[in-house]
Amino acid sequence: MVTTIAPSRGGDALELSRANGDLLVLTHIYTSTLVLGIGALFGMLQGFSRANWIVMPAWFDYYRMLTAHGVLMALVFTTFFITGFFTYSVYHTIPRVRSTRLGWIGYCVMLVGTVMAAVAILDGSASVLYTFYAPLKASPLFYFGATLLVAGTWFVAADVFLNVAWFKKQHPNERIPLPAFIAACTLTMWIIATLGVVAEMGLLIPWSLGWTSGIDVGLTRMFFWYFGHPLVYFWIMAAYAIWYTVVPATFGGRIFSDGLTRLAFVMLLLLSTPVGLHHQFLDPGISAGWKWLHTVTTYGVVIPSFMTAFAIFATFELAARKAGRRGFVNVVRWLPWKDPVFAGPALGMILFIFGGFGGIVNNSYSMDVLVHNTMWIVGHFHITVGGPAALTFIGATYGLVPALTGRTLFAPRLALIQVYTWFVGMAIMSTSMHWAGLLGSPRRTADVSYFGAQGAATWHPQMVGAAVGGTIIALSVVMFIIVATGTFLTDRSAQVRPAFTFATTNEDALETPAVLDRLGRWGVLAFALAVLAYAGPVTQQIQAHAYLAPGMRTW
Amino acid sequence: MHVHRQERIWMTFGLAMLVIFLAVITTAAVVDGFVPPSHVQSIDPTKVAQTPPFDHPGLRKVADGAYEAYYVARIFSFTPASIEVPVGSRVTFYVTSADVEHGFSIPETGVNTMVTPGWVSQVSHTFKERGTFLLVCNEYCGSGHHMMAAKVEVK
Ligand code: HEM
Ligand SMILES: [Cu+2]
Ligand SMILES: [Cu+2]
Repeated sequence: MVTTIAPSRGGDALELSRANGDLLVLTHIYTSTLVLGIGALFGMLQGFSRANWIVMPAWFDYYRMLTAHGVLMALVFTTFFITGFFTYSVYHTIPRVRSTRLGWIGYCVMLVGTVMAAVAILDGSASVLYTFYAPLKASPLFYFGATLLVAGTWFVAADVFLNVAWFKKQHPNERIPLPAFIAACTLTMWIIATLGVVAEMGLLIPWSLGWTSGIDVGLTRMFFWYFGHPLVYFWIMAAYAIWYTVVPATFGGRIFSDGLTRLAFVMLLLLSTPVGLHHQFLDPGISAGWKWLHTVTTYGVVIPSFMTAFAIFATFELAARKAGRRGFVNVVRWLPWKDPVFAGPALGMILFIFGGFGGIVNNSYSMDVLVHNTMWIVGHFHITVGGPAALTFIGATYGLVPALTGRTLFAPRLALIQVYTWFVGMAIMSTSMHWAGLLGSPRRTADVSYFGAQGAATWHPQMVGAAVGGTIIALSVVMFIIVATGTFLTDRSAQVRPAFTFATTNEDALETPAVLDRLGRWGVLAFALAVLAYAGPVTQQIQAHAYLAPGMRTW
Repeated sequence: MHVHRQERIWMTFGLAMLVIFLAVITTAAVVDGFVPPSHVQSIDPTKVAQTPPFDHPGLRKVADGAYEAYYVARIFSFTPASIEVPVGSRVTFYVTSADVEHGFSIPETGVNTMVTPGWVSQVSHTFKERGTFLLVCNEYCGSGHHMMAAKVEVK
């Protein structure tokens, strides 16, 4: 039985506010779709360049393009989708007459920030890649744009928090509806994480404006990765949100456990930030002991990940059993593989298993020297964010767009082909990249031939493999855009308004300990853990390092 | 909130994996000294050319089969561009940057470190095979990044 959690209280006014919210969410979703399209084109050309099929022209060189690809994919596509999805989660599970003003302000601020950063990147004044490591010095427009993109998300978060607070006030004895809880929990994590951006921009912006002459490189790197790892969890938590609450609804299943779901998210909140040094294993100026500490906290993610894997498979199995299917193979075959809303996230889950193994290697402290800054890492994040997260968001888009527009999905077969081709393309590209990385091929390079050096010759076949995989994914993105925009442009109003629903839980939410709902407290605890984990290394940076580096434009 | 028996078993398995991983990593670090390069020594990045020993980058022999190599990374080259050591030598590399962030990697040897302006990186390796090894910058440093390379000859 599939029912939406949202009961219809409030009548016409509610319908109206719902409608407003729907336009807001739809705008988020289409923005992310457009960005994915542009980013994929750049990604494909990167693959071609590395395979020596093309050489990028000077007016749009490889690194300008790579900056655009990284920023658009890692920061813009994901963020617009996630903030839109969480707005939907809250608006649809906390029914009330509401204003969507805060949400729209957030969207607009994010958009203005994105446009500013994009202009800076495209005009060539910000080829600093999405990590913008100082002392590479971009134009102030880039830093202001990135800051506004983040600031916009805070408005969305405030909107979510206010709605959840309203719900708690109205229903003191109930649990926060699960999808709204997940939204608020993830955004709490996000607020803590983006404090790192605030700190870093506090150093970078005055410097880029010429008010300060030098920059503490080590410190800005540390602030960046304080944010950079939770950024990854932002994608993962949003994907998990869909795996836990939306995927079961596609086959009439129920969420396995309300309490354990909340527990997993609270753990992810706590473990998201005190871990960032695992991106700096090979940095000088940070003692091995601090790096070890962050290795330990990073591995903590095993617990919520194992819980999630169990919950997802248990959900599959319980639903299949009701339909009379037993045994692993029968359960898997019973699942709705022909529904793109299911197949997208489910294929993503398969890729994520491999992503998890790769992550264990990356985090293995001294073993990281074998893969750090090689193509292995690029393979790793394409098989985690580019595979599981992106496929999940795409699958959800196929559910959301019809629900938000009241139209039937355009070319559903194409949508289905799209998710499978993405899966295949990503598997090929990522495998090639992992392999090249094991052979030592460096990442972030326009060309890996190194003047025909002997050691570099072995990397070429993998680069061709990656380019082939990348082409398949790019074609898949074209299909995605055809389906997504086709749904909007062709007027095929559905008889019954298509629904994008959240599944109900197996057990009564009231059995869940109330303490799990106290997100304010968990947020304070999470921040305290982050401060504890960073107090030592930040102090070390500040004490040991009196030297500042002048800014430079090396492109 | 009810936790199933199977889930308990599964979670115990997960926790056991976690403990084993940490034990292996920690033992390797404490007993065998397998830790990532984490040298803590600062240097003024604007005065690298005047700061010994980086005012004279290059290879120094410290004992039989033991060398120290001082490198300066600068867009888009390494100094020295080439060194030569006898097979079986243990070389300790000291690297710093005179401008932006760089990387210092000799593929397939495990020599790999970031090079951050303001800091000196250190990493050691014993070259057990003969050959010409490619040394590359593996962190983006600007438009010529993919051309930033040097070589290590092991005779
Ligand atoms: C058409 C699909 C895609 C293709 C062909 C593609 C290709 C590539 C290639 C070849 C690189 C490596 C460049 C280098 O290190 O020199 C790269 C980097 C990257 N890609 Fe993709 N990609 C695709 C989709 C995605 C997606 C969906 C995401 C995330 C949602 C993503 C995120 C990234 C990020 C964060 C980088 C790192 C940029 C950097 O190192 O600064 N990519 N991509
Ligand atoms: Cu990370
Ligand atoms: Cu470089």
